[in-house]
Amino acid sequence: MIQVETNTIKQKVADHLNPEINTIVAPVINIKGLYKSFGKNTDILKGVDLTVKKGENLVVLGKSGSGKSVLIKCLVGLVNADKGELKVFDTDITNLDSQQLNAIRVRIGFLFQNSALYDSMTVRENLLFPLKRHSKKITAKEAEHSVNEALESVGLKEAIDKMPSELSGGMRKRIGLARTLILRPEIILYDEPTTGLDTMTSREISELILSIQKKYKTTSIIITHDMACAKLTGDRLVILKDGVMVAEGSYASLESSDDAWVRSFFI
Amino acid sequence: MVINLKNGFAEAGNATLFIVRFFREAVKPPYEIKEFIRQCYIIGYKSMPLVAITGFIMGLVLTIQSRPTLAEFGAESWLPGMVALSLIREIAPVITALICAGKISSGIGAELGSMKVTEQIDAMEVSAINPYKYLVVTRVLATTLMVPLLVVFADGIGILGGYVGVNIHSDVTMYRYFSQVLSSLDFLDIVPATIKTFFFGFFIGLIGCYKGFTAANGTESVGKAANSAVVTASLAIFIIDMMAVQLTDLFF
Repeated sequence: MIQVETNTIKQKVADHLNPEINTIVAPVINIKGLYKSFGKNTDILKGVDLTVKKGENLVVLGKSGSGKSVLIKCLVGLVNADKGELKVFDTDITNLDSQQLNAIRVRIGFLFQNSALYDSMTVRENLLFPLKRHSKKITAKEAEHSVNEALESVGLKEAIDKMPSELSGGMRKRIGLARTLILRPEIILYDEPTTGLDTMTSREISELILSIQKKYKTTSIIITHDMACAKLTGDRLVILKDGVMVAEGSYASLESSDDAWVRSFFI
Repeated sequence: MVINLKNGFAEAGNATLFIVRFFREAVKPPYEIKEFIRQCYIIGYKSMPLVAITGFIMGLVLTIQSRPTLAEFGAESWLPGMVALSLIREIAPVITALICAGKISSGIGAELGSMKVTEQIDAMEVSAINPYKYLVVTRVLATTLMVPLLVVFADGIGILGGYVGVNIHSDVTMYRYFSQVLSSLDFLDIVPATIKTFFFGFFIGLIGCYKGFTAANGTESVGKAANSAVVTASLAIFIIDMMAVQLTDLFF
């Protein structure tokens, strides 16, 4: 396994964040020395350090198998880290019991690569499912209003009674996004939101990510291979290589990086 | 060989932890009553036509096959009682359980396996919903309750099939037939046979859930989970049946 010399290609760019983000001191996500391996000789994350500030859109780039998805799965406790500090909302989530972890999870939305809609439920039921479990006192009218509002945010109000099998790839992504929005998360984690979609639909999803961030003031981590999506949505980009963060900066700064490997992402 | 043995022990350990977790989650609130009722409907009500057809055929065939032997000894009048006893004590529970293993256990295995592969189970978990409680506990409780009811249903339909079988070669009234059936049955014929069906139901649900829940990534694993669920559940039914018969023989 090639050990990447992080400092040689790591780029610190001061002007990549918008002024609003810079004024907020406390980061909502703070990762220090995160390690994760699956069995012997399969180290996925090898000491990742990462900070995400409130309201920021962070794009994580990297080749397949570089540990991007594992990184965000660690943030919601789907994958347990081997070593390191993983603070979300100032709480180290590595040592929480399931109840404490769930209290953090309801504040985080996760859009899965294939949307992960519940096949046996209609779109309405998909959205009501998490809502009713976390808002016990909500009335049927309020729940219906929340569902309509979330669907309106993604522009798919007319799909409310459809089954997931009746939806196109782009529609499924939108409904998946609506389902994450229904609990009003403060952080949204996007796992390759535009994968498998055509250019037009990819752009629509990217624009939707931006509009949702503006409307709901969310913090986002976007895992993607789609450079158009990265350019449009990212306030800041980081690049992972073999489980190590090797570059960080704005789209423009990384595009003109001295390192040919970093530049290769932008070709 | 050593690796296979190691994997076998690891599998047994995981299955045990899965069972322990089931009991822990089953008693802990909140209870997924709605989903439990929905599963009872899917597992119980929707299996009724299949169980009815097989139950009727079981009773009919058993009667037709047994008649010549009994006729040789001039014991044709024993036919209703013999058919009822055979059905209630052994044939209906085992055959119905095997049908449920094929229909329900494989269905659960495939459903949960595909949910695992398509990250639907992960989606529940990140939404702070306990997927084990929602998916596993409800299904296992539903099979535990529904399989015995389906067996009782199969018993009834099977005895009715026996009535049709008896009347192919002779003319017996329904009253007389059922009088003979009821007079030949005893408490000990019904209770132990019914108790074992709860275990059949429990393991049919549990094995389906375990195989689906522990499916590996990739669509191929969905088929494997369904197939493995049927094979393991069928084997479990025979093992439980053997143990139940031994215990019944020992205590009654």
